[in-house]
Amino acid sequence: MKTSIGSKLFDAFNYTFLGLYGLATLLPFVYVVAGSFTSPQEFITKKIVLFPTQFSLEGYRYIFSTEVLLGSLGVTIFITIAGTAINLLFTCLMAYPLARKDLDGRRIILLGVVFSMLFSGGMIPTFLVVKSLGLINSYWSLLLPGAISAFNLIVLKNFFQQLPEGLEEAAKIDGCNDLRILWQIVLPLSLPAIATFALFYAVNHWNSFFQAILYINDNYKWPIQVWLRQIVILSSGGLGDSAVFDSNYIVPPGQIIKMAVIVISTLPILLVYPFLQKHFAKGALIGSVKG
Amino acid sequence: MTAATGDSLKKRLFKNRWLYYMLAPGVLYFIIFKYVPMWGVLIAFQDFSPFRGFWSSDWVGVEHFRTFFGEPQFWLLFRNTFILAIYNILFFFPLPIVIALLLNELRVEAYKRTIQSLIYIPHFLSWVVVVGLAYILFTTEGGIVNELIAQLGGEKINFLLSNSWFRTMVVGEMIWKETGWGTILFLAALAGVDPQLYEAARMDGAGRWKQMVHVTLPAIRSTIVVLLILRLGSFLDLGFEQIFLMLNPMNRDVGEVFETYVYERGIQLGDFSYSTAVNLFKSVIGFVMVLGANYFAKKVGEEGIL
Repeated sequence: MKTSIGSKLFDAFNYTFLGLYGLATLLPFVYVVAGSFTSPQEFITKKIVLFPTQFSLEGYRYIFSTEVLLGSLGVTIFITIAGTAINLLFTCLMAYPLARKDLDGRRIILLGVVFSMLFSGGMIPTFLVVKSLGLINSYWSLLLPGAISAFNLIVLKNFFQQLPEGLEEAAKIDGCNDLRILWQIVLPLSLPAIATFALFYAVNHWNSFFQAILYINDNYKWPIQVWLRQIVILSSGGLGDSAVFDSNYIVPPGQIIKMAVIVISTLPILLVYPFLQKHFAKGALIGSVKG
Repeated sequence: MTAATGDSLKKRLFKNRWLYYMLAPGVLYFIIFKYVPMWGVLIAFQDFSPFRGFWSSDWVGVEHFRTFFGEPQFWLLFRNTFILAIYNILFFFPLPIVIALLLNELRVEAYKRTIQSLIYIPHFLSWVVVVGLAYILFTTEGGIVNELIAQLGGEKINFLLSNSWFRTMVVGEMIWKETGWGTILFLAALAGVDPQLYEAARMDGAGRWKQMVHVTLPAIRSTIVVLLILRLGSFLDLGFEQIFLMLNPMNRDVGEVFETYVYERGIQLGDFSYSTAVNLFKSVIGFVMVLGANYFAKKVGEEGIL
């Protein structure tokens, strides 16, 4: 096939432009990762480092000498694991009955769920509910108020609906109750979908920040994202405050510490990303078509 | 399970009792954390006092709304919110469409997939990380952007603490974080286009540009319209976390929006009723906008969402 000059020019532009766009998403990471591994001397003299020649772990050593940041990392890991478990349990338990078309009251519950996506009470009334339940300053305030995402629930319900009905009937005849059918037949068949939701929920918990600002006053219970804000954005996270940080080490420049905190708080996401990627495009599509 | 239809309601409820047990936690969740707060919106018409509670606080009608509309703060919030929302629609909304169209023209599959993997990543980062990156890159104290400007002989620019750069930074961060992710839906719509249509167009002598205008764009038209309606429906929801994180005393004049104001008055100052009224006002405008956009979409022959 012949291609015109205009077409070739467009291709050249297109490949270059998208390549540059890809680089633009990558470069901030390269800069931050490189910076976090640079020795303070090199950082101060060169100012712009994309590839460190003097490798150093000062920033990380500094972070890991602080109890507060390590503790918050622990909080975040706990919230992510416990939160995802609660999300999956609640979502699966509710999605399965709603997928059964013969269930009385199913329509009204579904309507209620959809309505909650269109209208919400907003920040203050939700805060007052959490407060009146006595959850302020408790990890439950980070786990319960978001236990089910209405959107994920509906997507999973649709997914369950596609499974062949014969399987369930056969199990019923063998004397299984509905809970066992869900656990032993439906869930194993839905593992790819469940894995997608698990990853989405987990990323959400890992990144969650504002709930903690709202509901957690005690800074020893803060997740890492809140400290990240204190250190990187407000620059007042007790940096250089020797009451919080053991000053056994020379304090590296603020920029290096900030970069190291960013790397640590982003690393898990970048590690699961390759696994996530296999699934999410499909997951996002199921959601958009059927949602 | 059609066998169940013949049974009486009582029998069916008993037969499905396990299903109802399974529903219970979820239904309770929606009632407590979604529907009680919806009911709680009524405190916007009260002088709610946490000590007296919802049932015995005094009702004041629309007084809080009247106060709010009379405040000078009202027009500031109104202006800031609308300008940012319009910037979002104007500069951010079209980008995923353009990028998806460009990606669709890439013929080297491996290249296309690499670019896609790269540009999806920022979506999975928290706003704290994205705003944090912006702070590290753009600070005047050793940020790479200002160092570059300085080395090229320019004057350092205080991107983070100035009124004039706030909106550009907010929209720029949004573009960096979500454009790539936004392409997914359009790419899916594009993948669904019948290749025969392109062939037919080519037979008729259509070049690549004509093919795009007459085949590709019509194919994703309804996706664009639906997303635009949804976007208009949440027109005033600007991504609270991002703006909250970008806000500082230096850029408050252009950065304060309805939602950040709700947080300040409600959570920080404890004006529960007043800030709920502000939030309700915002929700009502949003609701009217989604209805309006939907009506308009139907007028021009699209399906709409409702």
